[in-house]
Amino acid sequence: MNVNAHEHWAMTGEVEIAVQVLLLLAALGYSITARRLRRSGQGWAGWQDVSFWWGIGLLAYANLPATMAWAHRDIEGHMVQHLLVGMYAPIFLVLGAPVLLLLKAMPVRRARVLVRLLSVPFIRWLSHPIVAMTLNIGGMFVLYLTPLFARTMANPLAHGLVHLHFLLAGFLFTWAIVGREPLPHRPSVQTRAFVLFLSAAAHAFLGKYLYAQGLPSHTAFSDEALRAAAKTMYYWGDLSELILALILFATAPAVRRGQRPSTPFSISRRKNVS
Amino acid sequence: MKSSASVSASLASRAVRSGALLGIGAVAAVDEIIFHQLLAWHHFYDGSTGTIGILTDGLLHAGELIALALGSVGLWRLRDAGSLSKRHAWSGFFLGAGGFQLFDGLIVHKVLKFHQIRYVDNLLPYDLAWNGAALCLLWVGLYLTKPLTPRNPA
Repeated sequence: MNVNAHEHWAMTGEVEIAVQVLLLLAALGYSITARRLRRSGQGWAGWQDVSFWWGIGLLAYANLPATMAWAHRDIEGHMVQHLLVGMYAPIFLVLGAPVLLLLKAMPVRRARVLVRLLSVPFIRWLSHPIVAMTLNIGGMFVLYLTPLFARTMANPLAHGLVHLHFLLAGFLFTWAIVGREPLPHRPSVQTRAFVLFLSAAAHAFLGKYLYAQGLPSHTAFSDEALRAAAKTMYYWGDLSELILALILFATAPAVRRGQRPSTPFSISRRKNVS
Repeated sequence: MKSSASVSASLASRAVRSGALLGIGAVAAVDEIIFHQLLAWHHFYDGSTGTIGILTDGLLHAGELIALALGSVGLWRLRDAGSLSKRHAWSGFFLGAGGFQLFDGLIVHKVLKFHQIRYVDNLLPYDLAWNGAALCLLWVGLYLTKPLTPRNPA
């Protein structure tokens, strides 16, 4: 790492403050909407607020200047940051069901527009568990197995973009696996469990492969530091996938084979046409 | 009469299956925590297996994870419905644990040769203890499947 890069690093303070403000606004927006929903007589369980705030809190922690500096100095710090942004924060955010909250709080006509927007082919394709998994895990393979990682250590913009990718892809994947929004065409629990299985296997493979090969390459980190980071990725990533599996199975409606699970208010366009 | 008997039989088999999944996950977790982390007898990665080895290992590991979650939720649901037979659940747990331990001891260690229990000259005592423990667990599981008291006509 040269001195120039460090100076660059210190100058991103405004961006960090902007991120914290955005996070706070998102959490406040969520709580205000939830309160309006409760006052209007429609229920919105309080634990969902708590979950969403936890998710925002983890993101805020991951974006603190101290955490940023740790991630820059020590690859273990980078892994912790990655786990928080890409795996743990999304679990809490998705459990808070922000899209469901929005759907419930909107007038019915607008909610229908939003559902229609969420079921356009591109979004449906993007939020299919297989695609979401590829974006999420595939991004990690690209980052850690190519010189890209070394470049993000020297370039704050690239580093920020990578973390934005982790957040979006992590949220997308978590949402595709355990999201509670009543969307038409949500794949079956079996499909989602199978994709989660593949994702856990890919993650475990990547962790061990990094450990065995002493990757990512072209960095100034010692072999020991790289191995410690790979272990952190393996075990903590594992725990997050176990949590996802527990949520998936615990929230799956108990249906017998051949029956389609019913959602609270499934909005199907075809049925409405008749 | 007949239908209620078949209902309780299906509940019992659900308890056994959920318990077995939990047993598999528990043994796998114990292996990872005690032998990999605490004793460090065999390693997280032994270097002797290639990329395919790590890949297979990952698949096996992901399977354990899913088994652990499915088993926990299955038992939790039975308990929630007030129809959990603890004896059957424990029986399944020991059968699953013993079965997986035996699979690990024979297939993973000896056939696939991913890793050995410990890297010493005389491996035999370790293999005997490992697979003997598996047989003990299986035996406990089988013992628990036997009804406690001889069935008396009502």
